[in-house]
Amino acid sequence: MSVQTAIASETTGTVSQATTFEPVIIGFTCNWCSYRAADLAGTARTKYPPNVRLIRLMCSGRLDPTFVLKAFAEGADAVLLTGCHPGECHYIEQNYKALRRYRLLRRTLEGMGIEPARIQLVWASAAEGVRLAGEIARVTEEVRALGPLNWPKDLLAEVDGVDLEAAWAATGGDSGDPPPESDANPDAASEATR
Amino acid sequence: MSPSAKPKLAIFGAASCGGCDVAIVNIHEHIVDVANAFDIVLWPTVMDGKYSDIEALADGEIAVTLVSGSMRTDETIHLARLLRRKSQFMVSFGSCAGEGCIPGLANLSSRQEILDTAFSTPSTDNPEGLRPSWEFGAAEGVLHLPEFEPLLRTLDQVVDVDYTIPGCPPESGQIWAALEAVVKALNGTGPLPPKGSVLGAGESTVCDECGRKRDVKKIGRFVRIQQVAEIDPELCLLEQGLPCNGPATRSGCGALCPAASAPCIGCYGAAPGVIDYGARLMSAFASVVDATEPAEIDRVLDGIADPVGQFYRFSLAGSLLRSGRSAWQSDGE
Repeated sequence: MSVQTAIASETTGTVSQATTFEPVIIGFTCNWCSYRAADLAGTARTKYPPNVRLIRLMCSGRLDPTFVLKAFAEGADAVLLTGCHPGECHYIEQNYKALRRYRLLRRTLEGMGIEPARIQLVWASAAEGVRLAGEIARVTEEVRALGPLNWPKDLLAEVDGVDLEAAWAATGGDSGDPPPESDANPDAASEATR
Repeated sequence: MSPSAKPKLAIFGAASCGGCDVAIVNIHEHIVDVANAFDIVLWPTVMDGKYSDIEALADGEIAVTLVSGSMRTDETIHLARLLRRKSQFMVSFGSCAGEGCIPGLANLSSRQEILDTAFSTPSTDNPEGLRPSWEFGAAEGVLHLPEFEPLLRTLDQVVDVDYTIPGCPPESGQIWAALEAVVKALNGTGPLPPKGSVLGAGESTVCDECGRKRDVKKIGRFVRIQQVAEIDPELCLLEQGLPCNGPATRSGCGALCPAASAPCIGCYGAAPGVIDYGARLMSAFASVVDATEPAEIDRVLDGIADPVGQFYRFSLAGSLLRSGRSAWQSDGE
């Protein structure tokens, strides 16, 4: 590609659309250590990728696995859990519970086809702004390499209008044509009449 | 009272094993009360009935419809929508309709994988490699089979549901209690339960109903029941290392399984206030593992051989993620 075409496509945005995938990462921080670390990174003007959306909890032990599942179900590509180093929890031992939940969640999610690298745990003390920024950059690149998760939003839709057939066809599944939509005239749906 | 003056009742089993129908019959003499109270217009397991008779009814003419079973084919979805329109009250009956149950575990596999397992294993006698197709050209004309949907869905993911009766199957005593409440409401002798209510179950967890002794929970190992030589008849099963789903499971069954020294498997579904059954249970189990080092934690967790099966045995289709990834994404993509 010549420089000129590169510039031309850059201005129209086609290159960036086709080549860069920006993962969405939901990050959970604890009020006492990792949130302060992220804050410190900001104060010190340490750069880290904007892909992570940080949510502050009082403690990593507050992290209900439901939060992680909800993040994936609603379109996150990865979830980053952070907390105080082992032995330094403000609430004595709750970060150990977070560690155990994380290790169990990874196993379950792997069974459902979500790569373990999409859920990561990082310890960061209030002084480790630079380290946390580095870890966020590392996780972002790992997830970028994995590609989008794209958990179908259709699965969350409640009733009619869910086009699972189209989603299925898009994945290159078997070619059985979907049946005609019988709901347009439900009382005449004779094929279901016994 | 002539039969037509009685309120109409329909009982429909979609993708289910028929155990819910057996549980209804198992209310013993009360089945006569049900027949006295209702004019049963559809119950394919028990009596002859035609879908065309249902189509001929006016909208809302059926007082109560119980749907047991999950939504696996376009036929069941069509019937669920038809019955919804014809019914005043739509009741999701049993675990399949409510949260997918065991058939919902098929959401861990793609439709292709499911068909391969059913039609192309070495033990299957299918030399021509026949597969079901939704359309078949017979001599008499084109026949249509129900189309196998890509994903199994729960009843409330397909139609609006008024009440839910949980359980696999619901306990017979609870079935009668729930039906009685509806009968009283229809007679005007009792209050109508608010829409969305869970009927025929408790408002707490199985642990609350369980008579076993609870002490400090510190789990040093998880074991499967066949690996245990002797089960303490009084101590909490979870404390003995048996993965018991009681902490996340709704009460109402009377804690029958733990009373018989079998761990709760979670058939009554999520306890009140729980958004995702598996998440609640993972949280509960992980909290009580007695280890702080990653390697040691993993050693304890290795005792749970099949995490998805343990945490979502009954509730996968109704969970936040609803399926495994391969159900909606072909392998190798």
